[in-house]
Amino acid sequence: MSAITHHIPDDMMAAYAAGTLPHPFAMVVAAHVSLCADCRATLEAYHTLGGALLEQTEDIEVSKGLKSNLMALLDEPAPPEPVFDAKGIYPGPVMAALKGRSPRWKTLGMGVKQSILSETEGGSVRLLYIPAGQAVPDHSHNGLELTLVLQGSFSDETGRFGVGDVEIGDEDLEHTPIADAGDACICLAATDAPLRFNAFLPRLLQPLFRI
Amino acid sequence: MSQMTVWLVAVRDQRDRAAFGALFDYFAPRLKGFIMRSGTSAAQAEEIVQDVMLTVWRKAAMFDPHRAQASAWIYQIARNRQIDIIRKENRPIPDELAQDPGSEPDASQILAFDQEAEQLKTALEMLQPDQKEMIQKAYMGDLTHQEISLQTGLPLGTVKSRIRLGLNRLRKELKGLR
Repeated sequence: MSAITHHIPDDMMAAYAAGTLPHPFAMVVAAHVSLCADCRATLEAYHTLGGALLEQTEDIEVSKGLKSNLMALLDEPAPPEPVFDAKGIYPGPVMAALKGRSPRWKTLGMGVKQSILSETEGGSVRLLYIPAGQAVPDHSHNGLELTLVLQGSFSDETGRFGVGDVEIGDEDLEHTPIADAGDACICLAATDAPLRFNAFLPRLLQPLFRI
Repeated sequence: MSQMTVWLVAVRDQRDRAAFGALFDYFAPRLKGFIMRSGTSAAQAEEIVQDVMLTVWRKAAMFDPHRAQASAWIYQIARNRQIDIIRKENRPIPDELAQDPGSEPDASQILAFDQEAEQLKTALEMLQPDQKEMIQKAYMGDLTHQEISLQTGLPLGTVKSRIRLGLNRLRKELKGLR
């Protein structure tokens, strides 16, 4: 694997550590950290800060029975919890969103496919499949978009993004990512707003394709 | 090593109930205070405290004092559980690092890491009150609202250099683990 050169910015990592990052972005951060030792170190440093704040928190007395109840539970067997390990190109947090199954690809035309992992009013997160040499049509962003490469690579006006790299797009970024030669490019893409495609799909069709 | 980390290692290696009780006495009231600051009722906060401490007992094998103090490890469990429970969504969490089976605990590395973390705490204590409050707010804001902007960039200031030092160490640790 080539070295990861595009990372999660500090403020976003702090927001993830603090638990305030919206779900779609939290998934990209968790997936990137799964692949990137540098960002794992950053995250664990922010956890250290969280732990320091926890230690300094003014304590509030807990109910009398809480401790004895808890001590009595220690011998109980832990309820089975699904564990989703990384599989192939997909890190654990993506496998968890896929509930351990393979992605269910829906074609968007031009060989481009997507598999939506979650979609709420607050944003969406999906897998994108872009054949080598194929452009993801020119689009700009209403809000923030994070794109993490899981397989292959793509290039656009701002640089080249390989496995583990994260591209951060905001309202100012108008770009045309093109999948590089080689394996098809598979990305995890999160947005907090619907994307505006400039040429690829008429805007009217966007709700249909949930883009 | 901090006393809490010593207790947690005893829980991990000896399944030591007295040490677990000591961890509970120290962390449960702080966790309750911390969780309530994030907009949770007292009753639900206690449920989460119980859940978190039970997770500490059950997952203690995952604790690695080379990379975290007890408080950081417990903080991260609390945040995960709180988000799962309050927002009713599964918080995406990174893959665990595979533990290197041949690695012996390295007391000097644990100590060095612990010192870094203590320096971070000292730096936090020495911040101006308003700066410290900003950091507390960033970490203890209302988690029940999803529409939180990304403008949580922490005013790290003096803390930042401390984090960087800590980061270097963590980074070396992690590279050693790969």
